[in-house]
This record gives sequence, C-alpha cells and structure tokens, in this order.
Amino acid sequence: MNTAFPQTKTLLALALAAGIPAMSMATDIRVMCYQDGIECEVTSAIARRFEAQNPDVKVIVDTVPYKSIVEQLPVQLAAGQGPDIARVTDLGGLSKYYQDMTPYLKDAKYLEANFGSTLPWLRPSAADKGIYGFMSQLTMTGPYVNRTLFEQAKVPMPGAKATWEEWIEATRKVGKATQTQAALAWDRSGHRFAGPAISYGAKIFDAKGDLTIDDGYKTAVTKFVGWHKDGAMLKEVWGGSGGSTYADSIGEFKNARVAMVLSGSWQINRLQKDIGNAFDWVAVPNPCGPAACTGIPGGAAWVSLKTSKAPAQVAMFLEFMAREDNYAEFISKTENIPAHAGLAKKGVAYPTATPAARAALGVFSGGVASLAPAAYQFQGYKYNRAMMLPTVARTTQAIVGEISVDEALSKIAGDMADAVKQAQK
Amino acid sequence: MALPLLRTRGRQRMDWTDWLSYAYLAAGLLTMFAPIVWLVMSSLKTESAISQFPPSFLPFSQKTVQVEGFEQPLPLYLVTDDKGVQRAMGQVRRIGIMSTMVNPEQPQETLQVNIKDRKPVNTLQFAWTNYTDLFGKFQFGRFLWNSVFITVAATLLTLLVNSMAAFALSKYRFTGQKWVFLLIIGTLMIPPTIVLVPLFLVINSAGLLNSLWGVILPAIATPTGVFLLRQYMLTIPDELLEAARMDNASEWRIYWRIVLPLSAPALAVLAIFSVMWRWNDFLLPLIVLSRSESFTLQLALNSFQGELHTQWHYLLAMTVITLMPITLVFAFLQKYITTGIAGAGVK
Amino acid sequence: MPQGIPPGVPCSCLHSCKYDDLSASLPAKPQLQTLIPPMRLLAIFFNLFEPLFKFAQRVLGHSRIGWMFVGPNLLVIAVFTFLPIVINVAYALTGGVNLMPAQRPYAGMENFSILLECRDYLDLQTCRKDVFWRALFNTVRFSAIQVVLMVLFSLVTALVLNRKIIGRGFWRGVFFYPVLLSPVVVALIWKWLLQTQGVFNAVLVSAGTGPVEWLTDAQWAFFWTIFVSIWAHMGFYTLILLAGLQAIPKDMYEAAELDAASPWRVLYRITLPLLVPNLIVVLVLALIRAVQIFDEVFVLTGGGPGSATTFIVQFIYQTGFAEQIHLYGLAAAASLLLAAGLVILTLLQLRLTRAEQSGQRAR
Repeated sequence: MNTAFPQTKTLLALALAAGIPAMSMATDIRVMCYQDGIECEVTSAIARRFEAQNPDVKVIVDTVPYKSIVEQLPVQLAAGQGPDIARVTDLGGLSKYYQDMTPYLKDAKYLEANFGSTLPWLRPSAADKGIYGFMSQLTMTGPYVNRTLFEQAKVPMPGAKATWEEWIEATRKVGKATQTQAALAWDRSGHRFAGPAISYGAKIFDAKGDLTIDDGYKTAVTKFVGWHKDGAMLKEVWGGSGGSTYADSIGEFKNARVAMVLSGSWQINRLQKDIGNAFDWVAVPNPCGPAACTGIPGGAAWVSLKTSKAPAQVAMFLEFMAREDNYAEFISKTENIPAHAGLAKKGVAYPTATPAARAALGVFSGGVASLAPAAYQFQGYKYNRAMMLPTVARTTQAIVGEISVDEALSKIAGDMADAVKQAQK
Repeated sequence: MALPLLRTRGRQRMDWTDWLSYAYLAAGLLTMFAPIVWLVMSSLKTESAISQFPPSFLPFSQKTVQVEGFEQPLPLYLVTDDKGVQRAMGQVRRIGIMSTMVNPEQPQETLQVNIKDRKPVNTLQFAWTNYTDLFGKFQFGRFLWNSVFITVAATLLTLLVNSMAAFALSKYRFTGQKWVFLLIIGTLMIPPTIVLVPLFLVINSAGLLNSLWGVILPAIATPTGVFLLRQYMLTIPDELLEAARMDNASEWRIYWRIVLPLSAPALAVLAIFSVMWRWNDFLLPLIVLSRSESFTLQLALNSFQGELHTQWHYLLAMTVITLMPITLVFAFLQKYITTGIAGAGVK
Repeated sequence: MPQGIPPGVPCSCLHSCKYDDLSASLPAKPQLQTLIPPMRLLAIFFNLFEPLFKFAQRVLGHSRIGWMFVGPNLLVIAVFTFLPIVINVAYALTGGVNLMPAQRPYAGMENFSILLECRDYLDLQTCRKDVFWRALFNTVRFSAIQVVLMVLFSLVTALVLNRKIIGRGFWRGVFFYPVLLSPVVVALIWKWLLQTQGVFNAVLVSAGTGPVEWLTDAQWAFFWTIFVSIWAHMGFYTLILLAGLQAIPKDMYEAAELDAASPWRVLYRITLPLLVPNLIVVLVLALIRAVQIFDEVFVLTGGGPGSATTFIVQFIYQTGFAEQIHLYGLAAAASLLLAAGLVILTLLQLRLTRAEQSGQRAR
C-alpha cells in the first residue's frame, strides 16, 4: 500500500499539469486575432520583433475563426474573462469592455494625429475622449467586375458614375452572352447592403438619431428582391442560408458564375491568390443611386481590453504596432488600405501585389472621398447590427417567397425596435 | 415454397427474398460508404480541382510542361487549330480573351488562340500537400494531444462514475431511488445547446475556463451510460452479492471485484460510445477553450470554415484526419461493438 | 458454493487475492487481455477508495450506502446540468442584454408573453416572434416524418440483417459506421455532395437534365435534412431492433411453419408483438433526438432557405448566441418551453404504448 502512493501522486500531478496552462516568468499578453488573409501571421512576425526589444514581455497571438470573435468573445468579456488585445469588428457593441490606454501611452498625440478620424468609432459615448485602440485597416465596400467576361460578351463596361440599374443591365447582357449562372451577386451582409441603401436615399437615422427604415431603405429592399425574382441576382448567396448568418459571394465570383459582386477591399489579397491568371478582374467605383454613390467604410480594430492584467504592456505593444514603419509593413503585406492618415497621404508601396491588386487598391482608396456622411455615422453607431441582421434575415424570407416585401419591411422595423429596446435596458 | 421473411435460411439455393435482401444491403453499402469515399478522394485534390464543375472522381490537375526558353513550366492545353488538328500547347500568357500558346517541340512558334478554343490537359495528381501543410500550419501535435487527453480522461471517469451509479440503482433499494433514476434519465430531455450560456457561467465560476478539465468534468455523467449499465447489471444474480456479504466483504469491494468485472461487455460498449462522443465534442470545447494551445482537433477543423472564406481543400483533409481514429477503432472493435450493443440492449 | 455464481469467480478471491488472480479468471477474450496491465494501476485506485467507503458503510448502514455510489454522478449532474437549468429560469424571468444574471432587470413573464404573442393564431405572420412559431411548426413536421421513417428503415434493415447472410458482421458495421461520425462531419460531407456544383448535379447534368437546387429550394432542403439525419443515426436503432429480433426464440417460428402460416402473418402476429419493448425504446429515443436536432441541420443549410429548415433549437441558439444583441431572456424562455414540451411528449408516448401493450396482451 505504501509503495502505491508515489505512483498515485505522480499520476495526479501529471493529470493536473496536463490541464492547467503553463506559468511563465515574463508578462504574457494574449492577442485574439482573426484573419481574412494573412493578418495574424504578419502580426506574429511584428510581435517577435517587439519581444526582441522588450525581453520581459511575451506576446501570444491566437488565431481564431471569425465566429469566435463574434460569438464567444462577447460572452467571455461579459463574464470577466478574455484576452488582453483583440481584433474586433463590432466596434461600438463591445466598447463597454475597452480599456482607455491614455495613461499608459508614451505619445498619445501621435495616435490622435494619425488615427483621429476613426478613434471616435471606438468610444463608448460621444463625449468620451479616450484612446481605446486603433483601426488595423480601413476597408470599404465596393464591387468587383470580371472584365474578361465583358470582353467575351463584347459589352462595354459602364463608366464611373453609372447607376445600379445600368450595371444590372450590362451584367444581364454579359450573363446571357457568356451563359453564367446569374448576372451579379451581393455578399449576404447587412453591412454590404447599407451602401446601396444609402445611395437609394435611405437616411438610416431619423431626426432624433435613432435607426429608422425610411422610404429610401424600402426602395432598396424592394428593388433587391425584384432583382432576385427576375434572375439577375444569384439566388444562392442570400437565399442559401437562414437567419442572419454571413455568406460572401467571392466564391461565386472566383468561379466566374457571376460577372460582378458587391464585396469589399479586404478581399483583394484573396482574389489575387485564388484567381491568379484565370481571368481579368477589376474593382470599380460604387454605382450610384438617386442620392449618392457610396459604400460603407469599416475595418477591424485592435482594442485594449479591460480584462487585461497588464494594461501598461498592452499599451506598449499597441503603440509599437501603430508606429509608422510597422503599420506600413502590416498594410503592405496584407494588401489593405491604411487607416493611418500620414501613410494614406504618403501612399503605401505594395511590393507583393500584382498590377490587378494595385489597381483595385487604388480604386478603393480613391472611393473614400465619395463616402456619404450617413455611411460613417452608420459604421460608428453602437447598435448598427440591430438594423443589419434583421435586414438579412427578413429580406431572405422575401426572396425565397416566404413573406411579401411589405411584411419583410415591417418585420425588419419590428425586430430592430425590439433589439434596441432590450439593449438599452 | 417461399420461407417467411424472418426466418434465418438454411437452404443452398437462393430465392427472391435472398436476392432482395442482398440488393437492399448493396444499396445500403452504397448509401453509407459512397459519401465517405468521395470525401477522401476529394481531400486529395488541389484547391482549383475541387472547384471544378463537373467534378471528377479521381484527383486531376492541369499538367504543366517545361519549354525551352521559358523559366517557369507552362500550363498545358489542348488546342484545335483552323485545320482541325489538335495539338497540346503550353500557354505563355493570357491577355483578355486571347491567349498566346507555344508549341513545346518548336519553341519559336507561337499562336494566338481564343480562350474558348482551348481545353486544359489534366493528369492524375494527388495533392498530399493538403495534409502535410496542415502539420506545418497548426500546432497539430498539440491539438491531437488535447483531443486524446480529453477523450481518455473523460472515458475513464465516465466508466467509473456511471458504473457506480448503475450499481446503486440496480442492486440497492433505497428511498427516492426511483426519482433519482428518473432524474438521471430526464437529463436526456435537455439539448446541450440550450444550457450553453449558463453552463459557461458555471464553468467560469469553477475556474475551469481554458482548462481541459472544463471540458472533461461536465461530460462524465451520461444518462445513456447509466441506463445501459443498469440494464446489464440487473442480470447479475443477487445471490452472488449476498454470498460476498456473508463473507464480510465491504460494498465497495463487491462493486469493484465482482460487479465491475462481470459488467465488462457493457463497460466496453460504453467506453466505445464515450470515446466517440468526446472525440467529436464540439460545442462545449468551443465555449470553454479560447486559447489556441487548448484547442482540440474538432475546434481546429472549425477554423477552416471561416466566416469570410472556406478553404475546402484543407477543410476536407482535416475532416478525413479527424475521421481516421474513429474509423480505426471501429475497424478493430467492430465485432465487439455490434454484438455488445445487441447484448446489452437485450437484457 | 452458493447457487448462481458464474464459473470463473473464485469465492476466496473476495478477501485477499491480488488483481492478477482475478484477471486470470476472466474470460480469455483477446480484447480483455490487453486490459490487464492497466489493471495494476486500477488496483491503486481501489486502495484509495476502500477505506472511505468502509467508513461510510458503517455510518450510513447497508441500504443507504447506495447514495454514496450514486453520489458522484448526481453531483456532476447537479452542478453541470441542473444548476444551468436554474440559471436558465433566472434568465427567462429577466430582461436586458447583460450576461451576468445579477445585472439583469426583473421582467416577470414578459419573455414568455413576447414569444407567445400572436394577434391571430392561424396566421403566423401576425405573431411577434414569427420565426419562433415557424421553427416550432417545422420541428413538429420534421419530427413526425423523420421518426416514422427512421423506425421503418431501422426495422426493415434489422429484419434483413437477421437473415442468414454472408458476412453479417460486416454488413452490420456498414450501417453503423455513420453513427460514429460527428454531426459537423456528416453535414459537411452532404453539403459538399449537394451543392449546386457538386456530384449529384454533375450526374444529372451529364444525364441531360438540368442541375437541381438541392439546398436552396425549400422542399428539397427539408427533404435532405430528414434524409441526412436518418443516414447518420439509423445504424444505432437498427442494432437495438436487431438485438430484439435475435432474442425471439426459434421455436416460435418453427411452430408457425408447422401451421403453414404466411410470412406476413408471422411478422404481424409473432415478430412485431415480441419486438414491442425494443420498438418503444427506439421510438422514445428517436423522438427526443428528432425534436432536439440542431448540429447537422445548422451546418447543412444554416436554417435556410429563409426559415424553411430552421428548427427550434436553432432559433434558441440564434436568439441567445449568434445575434450581436444577445437576447438571453428570450432564448431561455424558449428553451424552457421546449423542455416542458419534450417531457409531456415523452410521458404521452409512454402512456400510449403501455396502453397498446396491455391492449394487445388482452387479445
């Protein structure tokens, strides 16, 4: 019996050790990162350089699926757990968990000067002046077009100020001539939808500053459903899922099943890699509606979180990443548009980008100027998903014929009001 | 004379019921296995081959040819020229809808061909990189270890805890026994998805977040296990226990030395089920484990099903990898499983 | 030696023999032999617990020692199943979007009334939470069809497997294999096969007909959710029924043959009545699982198109998890309603089948 004990003890120790994460002497910072292209890999490389300069800090970059950021992170943060830094897209919704870095920053003015226009997106309220992180990139929604298909169909591509109707006509002709599955497709996302909605006259916010479904928005929804019904839009993207799950249309674009998609600038790296030389693709300026020719800005931000036990080190690392040379490296390797004002003016070199990718980046960067003010406001609004998610779910129901367009519109308004009311309790 | 459908047959000649049975079994084989075979074959295709339509069964990929005077190998196409002659030519570049093709035997000769008039030449190519890349991309060994640790630890604990409970419910009479049994079976009514958020709160307060034990402990009290073992233990004759008690054996000794060994077949079945459940566990690890070093294989599989895009070739390869251990366990213990459940269910 | 002790268990072993002796007396199945070395480890385990139980036995007495054995299981269930349910009740009675129950404002039955509010119960559109009602309706329709087909196919397969066929073990394994796969894997495989550019459509296109939108047409998507769930789980129920079939004594059939009874009569009069206990188990389990279906369908169709394959658990998951504004209260209320419904359904099933059984015996 006595000889049994040492064995038992080792067994127990082994068992416990396997379950508990290792402790280390240095301060650990955990970064929860998701990527569309290679953002997390590039960040890891930058982190290695930071560690070399600051040996008492260890930076661990966890690459997680986007789903974790959307679903698990809020639950963790609400329970008081979570990483030190996270790359998030729901900027307003998570703002109550952000940590103000100002007391720990060496040079707060640098961040103010270069990221000033997007820092408000991270602030919990308008009066707040804190610095909670910075945008890792600036993205813009906008269309991509398969120029080879246009050439094959011998249809001229509409110009820079063309309307959505003109583009639908052109792609319809191309589709018929080249026998693609459909003329075009939009990403299954309320965020993508908002751009054309504003172009069609939606004001998004009413006089009091609350979300509203006005006539412009209704027109956009009605036209959108109509384009599905007459076969111009590929039914699978929006109609293929239920609820408000995200689905992109890039897969269809890559396989030349549509001539045009409404997506965004974060896809450039992926398009370059996946399409290669199969056909010529270009980004075009956002088509116009009666009110505007706009897309929606966006992007993912690096934020400092309240759950961190090492806010000073977090601020150090974030400042390191925001430094012009490191930020430029991140932007050029991941082929994104910089949110850094200085870099945007100087221009960034994209040495690994193909001519097609470079041209696309140019189109998107140029399009920033034509973004409507409502688009900025929408992106920065805390409860914008209260409008985006029901739009997706209910419009899909209208597309597949479950409900009529009018019912869908009233349901969107109802769901939106319910969600905002609960959120404000 | 047609024998009843239900009798086992002893004749040499087969009649129509036999043919029907074998046809049904063949159809069953096709339905059950064909999707798996297709999955394995597709996991060996390159990413571009996967998105080909119509898809081919075997993994084909476009052939390339090294032509004198060109640095990179050129993709090979079958080109029909205006004389109707078909030739295999390499493509130098494509601009718009015209591609410049070169004859590999006569590198000086180039031809402008409309992209509609060329067809890619394919060859059998197994994309083993789909698998080998995974080992490089992720801390694969770590994920494997996590999955194995969780599975083994949870199975051992499940066997212990469930058999103890089954023993109590089958070999004892105590007040409230019936209610305890109903309570345990009643937990079947709760789909795990529904208690996810409260479960997360409980695990969090127990300090088990990001620990493998946070995934192991909640999973060990399976109602199916208790039910299965209880059914089996009911058949162990009570006289055996009485005799042991007369010999002054403690209850624990009776459980450990008599009942447990005699329940070995049912324990084996539960062990197999537990391995299967814990290996495939997805939702609970998803909410409990958020640090990449604690991820299990199933979680890593999920990371390829990204929001913004699906890397099908890695996804399929990963699916096959997570399938393999279960398939191996199955292949070796197949006889045991199928007779075991039958045996345990009958009693 | 007292009556009824199976051969191979030495009486004297109870007091003093080492584990090796006992393990030597176990049936020499190859699989069990490999368990012997770990048994030494287990001996350590045994030594740890025996004194504890001996003490408890003295305190509690013989019959109540049962509580000690069932204790760990109950503890785990209490902490990890019932505690969450209680918290769920707390969520259901509160509103707001906070995660921590302490921070949520009390709302009484508001969540339940939101869920059940409908101006006209015959028109789903007038309901406030129309997706909830659609999901409920879909679940009922799905369960009714799927359970019937599942039991039917399992029964037929079990009957076929019960015959004298070559390689019976292999065939049994064939049907059981999909049961071992995780729901995510199952759904991915079928999603892969059924996509518009997938194999099924390739076959159709080469045969001349156009491709079919398997997963984006409401009726087809519903069909495939039923098919895939049966594909994945049929083997399990087949084996249970097969065990039942094999337990039927052969002399029953011999007697029937002497009477020159027709095959269908034998099926109806002998086989099915004797199979009833197993059929009940299968029916109850299949129904519970059908109502709780989520993983496979969510990965396969995402609940689409529209809400054609959105089932009740998905609705709860969406409301409480997937949306940005987490309505935990609503999700909890819906889950409590689901659990209540399931309990009632199962009790009803058991009562009906018990009546059927006793009715049959009376005949």
